[in-house]
Amino acid sequence: MPKFVPLGNEALAQGALDAGLSGMYSYPGTPSTEIMEYIRLAPDAAERRVHREWSANEKTALEAALGMSYAGKRAMVAMKHVGLNVAADPFINAAFTGANGGLLVVVADDPSMHSSQNEQDSRTYGRFAFIPVVEPSNQQEAYNLPFYAFELSEKYSVPVMVRLTTRLSHSRADIERGDAIPENALKLPADLTRFVLMPAVSRQRYTRLLGLQSDFEAEAERSFLTRYEDGDNNSLGIIACGIAYNYLRENYPAGCPYPVLKIGQYPLPKRLVERLVEENEAILVLEEGAPLVEDMLRGYPFDAGSIHGRLDGTLPRTGELNPTLVARALGLEAGSRTFDVPEDVIAARPPKLCDGCPHGDTFLALNEALEPYSKGRVFSDIGCYTLGVLPPYNAVNSCVDMGASITMAKGAADAGLTPTVAVIGDSTFTHSGITGLLDAVNANSPLTVIIMDNLATAMTGGQPAPGGGHLEGIVQGVGVPAEHIRLITPLPRQHDTNVAVMREELAHEGVSVIIARRECIETAKRRRRSAS
Amino acid sequence: MKYDMILCGVGGQGVLSIAAVIGVAAVDNGLHLKQAEVHGLSQRGGAVESHLRLSDQPIYSDLIPAGSADMLLSMEPMETLRYVPFLSGEGTIVADNNPFVNIPNYPDLGTIITTLERYPRVVLVDAEGIATEMRAKRSSNMVLLGAASVFMPLSPESLEAAIGTIFGRKGEAVIEQNVAALRQGRAVAQAQTG
Repeated sequence: MPKFVPLGNEALAQGALDAGLSGMYSYPGTPSTEIMEYIRLAPDAAERRVHREWSANEKTALEAALGMSYAGKRAMVAMKHVGLNVAADPFINAAFTGANGGLLVVVADDPSMHSSQNEQDSRTYGRFAFIPVVEPSNQQEAYNLPFYAFELSEKYSVPVMVRLTTRLSHSRADIERGDAIPENALKLPADLTRFVLMPAVSRQRYTRLLGLQSDFEAEAERSFLTRYEDGDNNSLGIIACGIAYNYLRENYPAGCPYPVLKIGQYPLPKRLVERLVEENEAILVLEEGAPLVEDMLRGYPFDAGSIHGRLDGTLPRTGELNPTLVARALGLEAGSRTFDVPEDVIAARPPKLCDGCPHGDTFLALNEALEPYSKGRVFSDIGCYTLGVLPPYNAVNSCVDMGASITMAKGAADAGLTPTVAVIGDSTFTHSGITGLLDAVNANSPLTVIIMDNLATAMTGGQPAPGGGHLEGIVQGVGVPAEHIRLITPLPRQHDTNVAVMREELAHEGVSVIIARRECIETAKRRRRSAS
Repeated sequence: MKYDMILCGVGGQGVLSIAAVIGVAAVDNGLHLKQAEVHGLSQRGGAVESHLRLSDQPIYSDLIPAGSADMLLSMEPMETLRYVPFLSGEGTIVADNNPFVNIPNYPDLGTIITTLERYPRVVLVDAEGIATEMRAKRSSNMVLLGAASVFMPLSPESLEAAIGTIFGRKGEAVIEQNVAALRQGRAVAQAQTG
């Protein structure tokens, strides 16, 4: 077998393919994107005709995966952490219906917010839904995991959450592949009413789910992702969750002197945790993300001060862990740093819109069109164009969640702020903007929506745009009058025309939509290169 | 054997291509490898870094601890300084001396270069100039890798073979151009370090 050096995301993707995956669903979002990208391009996925189209958003993706599971096949859905907020409704309810074919919900968290608007910890969601959560600590475990997790899902007929974090998702390592197993045959659930969550069914399903919790704990104790490693020094016992285990071992190449409980599956392996607490004087909890396990161990109000981690300042309360922070928490000297750097010769280098990006031309026109009005009227959204907040544009005043530009602008317009502008990308619009636009149309809110249509989901690498080229039809179907649907081309030579169109629509006391359409400069370049 | 490298530069400069070539060469040599990359927002012209670790033993952390990198390989002089805290006391810096100015407050280049030259083991290379002279402007990252190869535990032959693997789909001419850039970078660094 050829050498395989995948990203953590790619290892998980190949593992899922080898473990009999039939359908993969996803909406792109850093750091989860490469899971679907890999499966889209994988020759074995093409040969087997694994279903692998991008979805309009995470909710539609998760529901489709649940449908494939209903039909008896193994399905996986992947998203970034905030995507699970969008998909929270089917996620929680899928725990009630249960799975039929194995169902894995992969969520990639982004501690330190490298490319995200918050740093929520998805393990909390797993606990909220009462389902097993598995968390690989390295690329090999990520590859091996789907074989195990699909079986776990089918054994208990529950969805299983796979939790990744940025550092594993985006780091490569050399790993070994196993033998592929065949896909499941089509097979409907034996009980054809259990997916009907009306109250009588739901109550039964809830009782069943809660009754499985002790089985799930026992599974976490036996899991290949969990390990109790004895140590001679009982002054401290260490819980290392997921990737944090690597940072611990990095500091003890010859083996850790303290007993270590490596945790890769939840609900917590209760008996192993109890053993660690009983046998050691103090506990240090190392976990990437929120202090979830640490908080559970503390036990208000009888905390004797023997639990250490992010909550008592032994580790930083927020952000990603690394081997240096873990060394400090263990009282070790990290590295042999001898070099100082004068800080005044280093300037921050934030990301920016690419040279020739169509969004830049739209922002320049919008700024000029808004010159007669006071500042603070532009609600924006999630995408490359969020960078419009930075100089030289200083053009937007909000970025909250997918689709919030239109709805927040509507609320501000309803409050009397006119004119109000929403700036949203084409992919974000089809993800979560259409329903908000319908609200605005129904209320006839005075609102100008600019859809920056670069014909791609650009921020995550130029995936196809779900609204591809027919946004006018969607907007008109929602009820925006044809005369207030305007198409402009964001180019420097069109600047004056574009400013004039924007001024006209800003003056209109109802809903207008301006579609600023020009292909993303990066996808255009790539298309030209592959054509030549 | 254990060799830790920080690769850095600005999004779009080809930092990940350097990492890919080293990665293939390492695995071909039977070494273990871990390589953390930056994806997403920062790739839009922001500062990017990659932690690359090679070892004949299993590697735990995907990230290199502060103060312990053997090599800091940088496509850009100011970015080099940003990552110096990762370098060990015995570590080597190999950096392109051409600034990539895409911010209005880029510091004085003379001060940056003087600061860099104060470190004990530093090789500054005009990789961009060398690549341009070879009419292979896009290969300046391979010039830099060639310069760094003087210090790395991988043979020039295995790096050249890895270039063949990584750029294979782009055709023979691109492979040759990048191999030539690698050799030129190596020669320049050898001349500089005696």
